Amino acid sequence: MADASVGGMDAAPIGGAHDAELYHPRSWVTKYVFSQDAKVIAIQYSVTALTIGLVALVLSWLMRLQLAFPGCFDFITAESYYQYITMHGMSMVVYVLTALFLGGFGNYLIPLMVGARDMVFPYANMLSYWIYLLAVIVLAATFFVPGGPTGAGWTLYPPQAIMSGTPGRDWGIVLMLVSLMLFIAGFTMGGLNYVVTVLQGRARGMTLMRLPLTVWGILTATVMALLAFPALFVGAVMMLFDRLLGTSFFMPAIVEAGTHLRHGGGSPILWQHLFWFFGHPEVYIVALPAFGIVSDLISTHARKNIFGYRMMVWAIVVIGALSFAVWGHHMYVSGMNPTFGFFFATTTLIIAVPTAIKVYNWVLTLWRGDIHLTVPMLFALGFIVTFVNGGLTGLFLGNVVVDVPLSGTMFVVAHFHMVMGVAPILVVFGGIYHWYPKVTGRMTNDVLGKLHFWVTFLGAYAIFFPMHYLGLMGVPRRYYELGEMAFVPPSAATLNVFITVAALVVGVAQLVFVFNLVWSLFRGTPAGGNPWRATTLEWQTPQTPPAHGNWGGSLPVVYRWAYDYSVPGADQDFLPQNQPPAARTVPA
Amino acid sequence: MADIGPGPLHEAITPPTGWRGVAADWASDQRAFTSVPWGKVMMWIFLLSDTFIFGCFLLSYMTVRMSTTDPWPNPSEVFALTISGRPVPLILIAIMTFILISSSGTMAMAVNFGYRRDRARTAALLLATAAFGACFVGMQAFEWSKLIAEGVRPWGNPWGAVQFGSAFFMITGFHGTHVTIGVLFLLIVARRVWRGDFDRGQRGFFTSQRGHYEIVEILGLYWHFVDLVWVFIFAFFYLW
Repeated sequence: MADASVGGMDAAPIGGAHDAELYHPRSWVTKYVFSQDAKVIAIQYSVTALTIGLVALVLSWLMRLQLAFPGCFDFITAESYYQYITMHGMSMVVYVLTALFLGGFGNYLIPLMVGARDMVFPYANMLSYWIYLLAVIVLAATFFVPGGPTGAGWTLYPPQAIMSGTPGRDWGIVLMLVSLMLFIAGFTMGGLNYVVTVLQGRARGMTLMRLPLTVWGILTATVMALLAFPALFVGAVMMLFDRLLGTSFFMPAIVEAGTHLRHGGGSPILWQHLFWFFGHPEVYIVALPAFGIVSDLISTHARKNIFGYRMMVWAIVVIGALSFAVWGHHMYVSGMNPTFGFFFATTTLIIAVPTAIKVYNWVLTLWRGDIHLTVPMLFALGFIVTFVNGGLTGLFLGNVVVDVPLSGTMFVVAHFHMVMGVAPILVVFGGIYHWYPKVTGRMTNDVLGKLHFWVTFLGAYAIFFPMHYLGLMGVPRRYYELGEMAFVPPSAATLNVFITVAALVVGVAQLVFVFNLVWSLFRGTPAGGNPWRATTLEWQTPQTPPAHGNWGGSLPVVYRWAYDYSVPGADQDFLPQNQPPAARTVPA
Repeated sequence: MADIGPGPLHEAITPPTGWRGVAADWASDQRAFTSVPWGKVMMWIFLLSDTFIFGCFLLSYMTVRMSTTDPWPNPSEVFALTISGRPVPLILIAIMTFILISSSGTMAMAVNFGYRRDRARTAALLLATAAFGACFVGMQAFEWSKLIAEGVRPWGNPWGAVQFGSAFFMITGFHGTHVTIGVLFLLIVARRVWRGDFDRGQRGFFTSQRGHYEIVEILGLYWHFVDLVWVFIFAFFYLW
């Protein structure tokens, strides 16, 4: 194309493509409220997600109180217990973890780490947040509508999700489905931004194989989300029609209270396929950004280059691809054709190979490293241990014969909380402690951070380790009250009390975290531009916090990969990615 | 990684070969798709995502068609029009399909003239595309009202499986929404082309980004995709 000149702060892009320009806000409102700046959007996403996360945390308290002290709390009925389960699960998985990793960390870190001024489509990025906020408001509104939120379980299995016995059948389920559709629409706008920014918006010299692993994790997770969420969207549309229009996509012929429902001929298992085609990639949508962030945290705080960078990248990509072929392992007991079980068990166990490569590489990165036990590092180490623990029980549950007796028990609850609840949230904490100095310009309080870590880390084990044991004893999950069961010894009740006390303590510890964030905002010691002496680009910005446009007058130029720590012969123990080779003293 | 890219430290690099070479080539530039504008990449990725949506819709339709115990209505009879006393199967759908495919032709020509900076022809062809699209949606509305008049509802129909009506209205409705959105954007872009927004680099109302003729091509990608999806809906719903 002939016309290669575009305005803006930077030189004409290669190939003469017309790229979007940096948006300059003109008022306080467009700068801080309806902001098109990815950094502001990231903070908006994170604060919203953490807020709904605290609500979901309180719901888990209520569930634990009921399990430990059945009958003691009048306001916890069987119906409300199922509503707590549903809202806790759905909020945490979709509205907290997905939004935090992709909307929060993704928005903040992608432009800074790849050396861009902003996301490529700032306007769509802004819309993404506001639609997400609307989705959260609709979700929260279900607490206040007649009948309350849906109590169908977070998987919303039909037919029971829309039958009259289920709490929240009137309004709750409808708003839940609408909220999910909104979330997906909003996420798509943001997700397109993240992918295109990484693919097309990088600084000079930032090849794909020089990207920090954080960006690789977020990129792969976003691509997966863009391909997995459509299944949930379609499922939500069809269930909404089943509920509101009386169609029968998921509804077989059913007799309810002596009368034939007007549904018939639908396939309940179709929902399970659609849901888990979304649901399993969702596990890795949460896990892959965590993998990436942990890699960077470990490398930075152990002052050592990441072991096997190329393998780490391929492992992320392979895990992402494989995770689309394993969804059936959630459905071993659904009554699907048993032949599928063999296929899905095989793919599930194969996925352990790239995952194990990652764990070995983290351990080998730590090996003989100069380990600084900073707060982010503690969380990163906590993640590795927890992820290995949760992953090993995943090998149990991935096998059909082991899963069939265990799938209805607390063992499953313990497994997925370890692997996709506790492990990613530890990374969220680690990431927040790590990048808080860049976001605010101040350090968080170290003592409070360590207190938060140890209580959360040990507390999480106190909560979820005993649950494995309960599950092996056969204690069923999803039960509001155990009552008298011949095979459950009375000691199970004692263990339940122990778990609940631990859960309450861990919950309170999160207030320490919130207090630390707020307090440090005003009283934290000034951090300077690069307190962790890290190599990646976000630490090399001219201002901290990074100003509008991130890089001042000229974009950074990248000369090296993201992991030049403790390079022999160098002046300092880290070499920023934008440091030219000329400034490096090469040993003869 | 450290061994890719120019620099004084890497004098003696031999380029990788085989698959490693493919990956290195793809990864080695500042942009994964050199000289492809951001908006175009975004549209491709969005369409990939949308493919999964329509794929899930069609797979779900096939699943319920298999799961239902009632007989599936015969599409050749249901979608027939009575012309001069004789039922002609699929005639309406044939015309609709022809119109939509034709609109892809005018769209492709609009893109071509857009890159030649031929303002008037581009705008005219965009309007023609929009007219074809509106025609398609109008005929779909006719088809819907005819079926509704015959008693087809999302929850039932006179001929057999209730899933027939549900899947029909849902899938054609979702596709028709895509066409309608496409028509709206065709009109907006035609107006902007006609006013010369893309010649002057006029800024957009919402995004305040400069307009350029690549927008015509990006819209074209969407339009061709909607066409392609229709071919699959046609094959799986009307011919099966």
